[in-house]
Amino acid sequence: MTEMTVLNPVHRALGAKMVDFGGWDMPISYGSQIEEHHAVRRDAGMFDVSHMTVVDLRGVRAREFLRQLLANSVDKLKVSGKALYTCMLNPAGGVIDDLIVYFLDESHFRLVVNAATRDTDLAWIRQHAALFGVQVEHHPELAMIAVQGPNARSKASSLWPAELAARALALKPFSATREGALFIARTGYTGEDGFEITLPGTDATALWRRLRGAGVQPCGLGARDTLRLEAGMNLYGQDMDASTTPFEAGLAWTVSLDEGRDFIGRAVLERQQREGAPRQMIGLVLDEKGVLRHGQSVHTAQGAGEILSGTFAPTLGKAVAFARVPAGDTGTVSVDIRGRQLAVRVVKYPFVRNGQACAGVSLAIAAAC
Amino acid sequence: MSEIPGDLKFLKSHEWARLEDDGLVRVGISEHAQSQLGDLVYVELPGVGDMVQIGSACAVVESVKAASDVYTPVSGTVVEVNDALSDKPETINEDAYGEGWIFAVKPSNPEDMEALLDPDAYAELLDEEDAH
Repeated sequence: MTEMTVLNPVHRALGAKMVDFGGWDMPISYGSQIEEHHAVRRDAGMFDVSHMTVVDLRGVRAREFLRQLLANSVDKLKVSGKALYTCMLNPAGGVIDDLIVYFLDESHFRLVVNAATRDTDLAWIRQHAALFGVQVEHHPELAMIAVQGPNARSKASSLWPAELAARALALKPFSATREGALFIARTGYTGEDGFEITLPGTDATALWRRLRGAGVQPCGLGARDTLRLEAGMNLYGQDMDASTTPFEAGLAWTVSLDEGRDFIGRAVLERQQREGAPRQMIGLVLDEKGVLRHGQSVHTAQGAGEILSGTFAPTLGKAVAFARVPAGDTGTVSVDIRGRQLAVRVVKYPFVRNGQACAGVSLAIAAAC
Repeated sequence: MSEIPGDLKFLKSHEWARLEDDGLVRVGISEHAQSQLGDLVYVELPGVGDMVQIGSACAVVESVKAASDVYTPVSGTVVEVNDALSDKPETINEDAYGEGWIFAVKPSNPEDMEALLDPDAYAELLDEEDAH
């Protein structure tokens, strides 16, 4: 059955093109996907991300539970409101989901997990939480609006009372503040500054309208995908899944092999760290005309691989991609596009940060990231 | 949806064909096709002089979202290609039935045009697709 967010009628009234996204009826764009992309890079755009799953964990052993559940270390979270990006692994080290965990207080943490994996995630979390006496509360009544872009924070905070606006503007990256059921986090999935705002679904339409009134451009999942790929951020189900470890998905930076913390999947990650993971994820740029796409085969000196996420990158005016290929020196790399072998460059990603191409991504001089 | 020009004929796969006074058949993709694809970012053109068979893929249009083959509505020889699309593929989004043409064929079998859908039949096809 198709699920809808509370903002669904608003999208339809705006004339959005709707698509099925993991069982949700969501806007892919409201007009030009490329213009929506540029609005976020240059000014401010907003996304309905109410399909994301918000889960509150309550119980005195919540931190202890998360030490076991997550591959990153919740012990890094010391100040209330602080957030951490992490994977949740199966015993084989495969990624069940990637998520953000917020520390609110010692008996209250909040997780935001993906929509497409909601049922699997909830079952997995509940199964392990029970052993720690931790309550798992799913909050489908909450909506979420991501406001992103260089002017996003000032435009959004202009709608709030002075005290709250000041508190929101004072947030450090990857931290959140609360005002009743309103939850404002300085996080995002675009490579730009901004907020992800969680609030009761009953308040979402009013906030959406006020943001529009403040000059924030509605943006669909199409722009969200090109923005996050330019920003070098993984998409669950496309760049990694339960058969991929974080080391094979460019997510080693999210794994904490801190001493004495026996998290699920750790043994496999330790072995891969010792012996090396068999596969690696690399960033690719195509300088010729053409578009890199999911499923295209990639040839390297170490053997064949494939494109995971690939797209035309509007900020760069050329195609970029993530590919999973055998470990080791890739040598010269080419991609098969409709039977033609096109040369691609292997580059460090992110491809774009804060509106600018990163060093090495464009052939021209670019900003360091 | 905007009006479909009366001098066009269509393939079910959303290509249009226009028989011109000099006997050439100009080919593009329909307004509906460009709207479904969204922002176009790349067009792979056929070569001038290529022999093409009715219904065969001879160009590719790519949007941010997807790549789509363009099938020729008539057999013949490609005599012109719209080189301007290499730098401005978005012309197809802006003017699918005019400046956004993709290639022109000197038809080897003028009767090919008769087998194509007229604007009313094409509009009906779009209505049926919408109903699904």
